[in-house]
Amino acid sequence: MTTGSAAQSGSRSWLLAVGLFAIAAIAVPLLNLGLAEDSPLHLPDYLVLLLGKFACYAIVALAVGLIWGYAGVLSLGHGVFFALGGYAIGMYLMRSIGTEGVYKSELPDFMVFLDWKELPWYWYGFQHFGFALFMALAVPGLVAFVFGFLAFRSRIRGVYFAIITQAMTYAAMLMFFRNNTGFGGNNGLTDFKRLLGFTLRDPETRIGLYLASVTALLGCFLLCRYVVGSRLGRVLRAVRDAESRVMFSGYDVRSYKLFAWTLSAVLCGLAGALYVPQVGIINPSEMQPANSIEMAIWVAVGGRGTLAGPIVGALIVNGAKSWFTVALPDAWLYVLGLLFIGVTLFLPRGIMGSLLSKHEGTRT
Amino acid sequence: MTVPQNPSLDASDEVDTRQGMILYLEDLTVSFDGFKALDELCLYLREGELRCIIGPNGAGKTTMMDVISGKTRPDSGSAFFGIRHDLTQMSEHEIARVGIGRKFQKPTVFPGHTVFENLELALRGSRSLWHTLFAKLSGEQQDRIALGLDTVGLSDEAHLPAGQLSHGQKQWLEIGMLLAQDPKLLLVDEPVAGLSLSETERTAELLSSLAGTHTVVVVEHDMEFVRQIARTVTVLHEGRVLAEGPMEKIQADAKVISVYLGS
Ligand SMILES: Nc1ncnc2c1ncn2[C@@H]1O[C@H](COP(=O)(O)OP(=O)(O)O)[C@@H](O)[C@H]1O
Ligand SMILES: [Mg+2]
Repeated sequence: MTTGSAAQSGSRSWLLAVGLFAIAAIAVPLLNLGLAEDSPLHLPDYLVLLLGKFACYAIVALAVGLIWGYAGVLSLGHGVFFALGGYAIGMYLMRSIGTEGVYKSELPDFMVFLDWKELPWYWYGFQHFGFALFMALAVPGLVAFVFGFLAFRSRIRGVYFAIITQAMTYAAMLMFFRNNTGFGGNNGLTDFKRLLGFTLRDPETRIGLYLASVTALLGCFLLCRYVVGSRLGRVLRAVRDAESRVMFSGYDVRSYKLFAWTLSAVLCGLAGALYVPQVGIINPSEMQPANSIEMAIWVAVGGRGTLAGPIVGALIVNGAKSWFTVALPDAWLYVLGLLFIGVTLFLPRGIMGSLLSKHEGTRT
Repeated sequence: MTVPQNPSLDASDEVDTRQGMILYLEDLTVSFDGFKALDELCLYLREGELRCIIGPNGAGKTTMMDVISGKTRPDSGSAFFGIRHDLTQMSEHEIARVGIGRKFQKPTVFPGHTVFENLELALRGSRSLWHTLFAKLSGEQQDRIALGLDTVGLSDEAHLPAGQLSHGQKQWLEIGMLLAQDPKLLLVDEPVAGLSLSETERTAELLSSLAGTHTVVVVEHDMEFVRQIARTVTVLHEGRVLAEGPMEKIQADAKVISVYLGS
């Protein structure tokens, strides 16, 4: 918890981040596109996809870590913000299919199937990529703002807050499951073809999306780093540690929480927007309560109260998940549960937190 | 971030003490599950005075401070800061911003922040979100923090996490934060609990020196300490004012002796 050492290691952390980014941004395209497919060092396409997804998860973890690790607000509902960002881009991708769908209609296939004759008003504008990207950030931000405004004004905290975020994601999932909501029901949005004219299936497009994801991750990291290093960041940590002292010092705690909460949701929306073109589908299962809990586990494993911790946690847990779901698919949930319990019992500050305290221990 | 604010409030809204009084508590009643922690309490403070509040445990001293600082809403009665600010209608941060600072009974500092950062966050100045996002400490502000560190004797500990301070140092850090906030009215709840004799003396000096330029309300059990600083003493008992006056008169008061001093 020593802020002195955090500030010192913080002064170098951006260099490390940029360095890792440069490696990730150069090595992956080189090994994937630059080498022949029979070369032993060739990076197969499925791994590019996996790494791109991991970058998106890392942004989510950063977002959850910002609000939980710094402001002390545990969210078990960030899956909603991720999914909303994904749906916004998914709507653009649906529109850009044009008349190449199964029914050769201007309307998305699922609307033809439902016998709808025209586009619902809330689909207007999504044929423009810029508008869709804006909405991918603005809609999660707005939903979070309204939700947070009401919850923080009523001084809902701790486990009560976490529970209503679970209720929020569950309610949103049920809403999106309905065909009448207009987002493809339980099938969601899929069968995408193009993004900005690029064919999604092309290896070059995949590399482009991967690069966009790691660049966004770097950007989000640097943004969060600025925020937590500012006086506002110190107020957030103070709210986490002694909320009433902050209020009696004249700070309007609600607006500080609301700021961090809304920013966190916007970052999550960005992650969803980058994720969906890569995996090619968005459906309501992204909003199932368990997904949001998993996001919190990434942060707990990596370590709260640092920015690198959640990123590391997301990479480790998802790396393990990718391996287990192939090797021992039935075991994954147990492994995840054990991992969570193990970290809680033996590394209460998560992996990064424990590494940092070792480091502090050797120095002093 | 628009969180509803008291519409009657803005930064230039100075406390109006033209009547010479800075605090008016009238007929305050607070009950917890039927039990009256405050029972039609009346109390007035002149601007610049140093008032000691004494009384047995459970007399309602902390509850009274909770009402003044906005933490607890009274069931009935009124609480005015000057003649303009109705404290029962303001939120905690609004009350702090118009100039009421508070030290808790249990020392409350930010344990993960350095001593320096604790004072930085307490320092008087804009509390707006955008300001704090881009704020840099000016030279003058750094000087004020350094002065504050010196006043509370924590200059050597400036870069230590406050959680590592001793109990007494935390008490002093919290007092230092209160001074950095520069309120007009200071509510100080049991400032010398757990302090050594010499620390207690220094605290008495510090609080005495504030009187005149600030209005100070001190709740304390330590009678020796109260004798050192008190000009006027108010004795609370079962949520009411039992006696009020100079220390010598209070010590001789038969009612006070029977409920408090004698025990
Ligand atoms: N939040 C609360 N809930 C229930 N009872 C309370 C609460 N706060 C204070 N009380 C009760 O009110 C009475 C006055 O408490 P307090 O103001 O803390 O006394 P003092 O500070 O004079 O020792 C006590 O009997 C206490 O138990
Ligand atoms: Mg008390």
